[in-house]
Amino acid sequence: MIGSERHLRATAGRAPDVFARGDWVPMRQFSDEEEVDFAIVGTGAGGATLAAKLAEAGFSVVALDAGPFWRPLEDFASDETEQNKLYWLQDRISGGSHPIEFGTNNSGCAVGGSTVHFQMVALRFRPEWFAQRSTMGYGRDWPIPWQEMWRYYEEVEDALKIAGPVNYPWGPPRGRYPYRAHEVNAAGLVLAKGAEAMGVKWAPTPLATVSAPRGKSPPCVYRGFCKIGCSTNAKQSALITYVPRALAAGAEIRDLAMAGQIEMGENNRARGVVYHRQGEWRRQRARNVVVAGYAIETPRLLLNSATAQHPSGLANSTGLVGKCLMAHSNHAVWGVMDDEIRWYKGPPSMAVCEHWNYEDKGKDFQGGYSFMSQGPLPADHAKGLVTNTGMFGMELRQRMALYNHMAGLKIVGEVEPREENRVELSDEKDELGLPVPRITFGFSENDKRLYKHALHFMRQALEAAGARDFTHTASTAHLMGTCRMGDDPADSVTNADGRTWDIPNLWICDGSLFPTCGGVNPSMTIYALAARVADRIKEMGARGEL
Amino acid sequence: MSKEFTSLYPNYDVLKKWDTPSWNDITRAVIEKRLNEVPRRRFFTERQWVTLVAVCDRVMPQPDRSDPVPIAPWIDTRVYERQGTGTHYASLPPQQECWRHGMDAIEAEAQHRHRRPFDKLDPVEQDLILHAIEKNEVGSSAWDGLPSQNFFRHILLRAIVEVYYAHPAAWSEIGFGGPASPRGYVRLPENRRDPWEAEEHAAVAAQRLAAT
Repeated sequence: MIGSERHLRATAGRAPDVFARGDWVPMRQFSDEEEVDFAIVGTGAGGATLAAKLAEAGFSVVALDAGPFWRPLEDFASDETEQNKLYWLQDRISGGSHPIEFGTNNSGCAVGGSTVHFQMVALRFRPEWFAQRSTMGYGRDWPIPWQEMWRYYEEVEDALKIAGPVNYPWGPPRGRYPYRAHEVNAAGLVLAKGAEAMGVKWAPTPLATVSAPRGKSPPCVYRGFCKIGCSTNAKQSALITYVPRALAAGAEIRDLAMAGQIEMGENNRARGVVYHRQGEWRRQRARNVVVAGYAIETPRLLLNSATAQHPSGLANSTGLVGKCLMAHSNHAVWGVMDDEIRWYKGPPSMAVCEHWNYEDKGKDFQGGYSFMSQGPLPADHAKGLVTNTGMFGMELRQRMALYNHMAGLKIVGEVEPREENRVELSDEKDELGLPVPRITFGFSENDKRLYKHALHFMRQALEAAGARDFTHTASTAHLMGTCRMGDDPADSVTNADGRTWDIPNLWICDGSLFPTCGGVNPSMTIYALAARVADRIKEMGARGEL
Repeated sequence: MSKEFTSLYPNYDVLKKWDTPSWNDITRAVIEKRLNEVPRRRFFTERQWVTLVAVCDRVMPQPDRSDPVPIAPWIDTRVYERQGTGTHYASLPPQQECWRHGMDAIEAEAQHRHRRPFDKLDPVEQDLILHAIEKNEVGSSAWDGLPSQNFFRHILLRAIVEVYYAHPAAWSEIGFGGPASPRGYVRLPENRRDPWEAEEHAAVAAQRLAAT
């Protein structure tokens, strides 16, 4: 599938101009034999951010992505089926007590990665989560102090011109968001009403879609198709922010380039990336290799790059590569309202409640969750309904007929990092001959107590807002962990800079690094980590420590 | 449950927006193909095909339509072309094998219970079989190696609703705004509607909501 029917766009000295139809921007190119400073695998929130900042600092950078290079204005239809082209649709074997749904649920395959389809929810981790073990007594500590991460949140929020409220109700004071908050839609106002009735605060969700013009991005027109790609470029995805920055600074982006192995050279150093493009396997030489493929493809690539010196895969002397996969619990309550809600208008989650991320009393579980208002497109909503309830026939059609009267609240719930939740290589091969990943996932007893608490609370809130005739759904969202960072080489895959302990010129820069997952969407934390990794690399480069 | 279908938007047709700023070129191209180029059967055997068609009729019954939304042809195409979903559930066989096995098992279940093919059963009998499949209460040994509820929910129902709710007729019946680019929406609060959105039939809506 990958690459077979699509034509390269980033080639011949130019790359697509994402802000125009059929137009191009110039692109510097490197030969495979030229040893570039950095070869980066993946161009999502991790890879694109790093590519831009490193290229701007003068490093030579080639960034590979398995997916196509879209021009949103001409390529993105208002159609769920057509837009399946944004997702990673190759088989992943999914098992365990709660098998994860991949594809449209959590995995992008495009230049810009999953930020092309993400729902733009731009939240920060609670400060205490960076020292969770030390201060809260569970989970793990991150190797980076919260103050430093919060400085990087500020940097990336400005880079993406996040639209958010003047005063955010939870956590330590933060500066005001770069762009004003969006008007909250009816679906969000249901959350507001429910939260107020329950005596908890709510806020307009900070979102990565602009509320006023920005350069060539027009303000959001509330078309509501955010999850399947923004066709107006209001959404500040990596595709239209960090990727153009990277190109302008002299980085090369290679679309439809699937990495298969990291090649090791002498002295325990990586020497480049073996990748498939235009029907052939090629090798890009590099002084440093960065893996930024998200929490399935990153461990898959490391595990598939085993050598005699690294028999269990690269950077895997601890055996931790692929371990402690985390997917947020994503359970929801849905109800029928007398009011017309028409949740298809506007970004899907325009209101948020982080009360249970910041309040520790009254819980029968460890961890936190946020919950948000919902606005699924028709097929997406029907899919959630039938896979959870088994409903069919006229009952289903009649239920769907109330689409415009539905409201829903859904959590992003923290799960525990547990080694049994993992990514491995199966014996099956994909069409390029690469081993298909096998994923095992299930919820712990604590995870279950968390989402049960959430379902109970959200149902009360929704009822207080006037909803009735409820259904519950269970799901997961986002992918994190599998190559955790830490301070102890015996207990982590990389250090705080994403540099692997085992191989000094091999780095990881994506959601795989998360030691814990918190109760918020991960994108801003991935962006912030990448911005920090870039600064650390610049510092180390200046000191000759690369 | 009523056997009739009632739309809250009897006078709404999303296709009337075709030439408005709500539809852009690529969306028109995609929908034109969906409406006018319904594919022929290439994957399923004839027996499997009639079973699938009969199942689609029960999962998404359309007695109100003289020209029902085609579902089986798009599922056939998807499986024939091996269009993946990104997820191969470990409990289920690979995609193509899974669909053949599923259709054969539904047919075998009908034979097991009634000694007649599934597509020849009356709708009540068909629904009872589908409910049994949904509840993992199947009797035929043809289900060995195919957990019936997992197949039913995660493969069969999912595919059917993905196809059905990708059709403009389905968008119209639920009052969905449909394609919206470059023009989106202006009025976001509850009970507010832009002129290019579906107008609800108040009496029908009141009746339907009273029944929830």
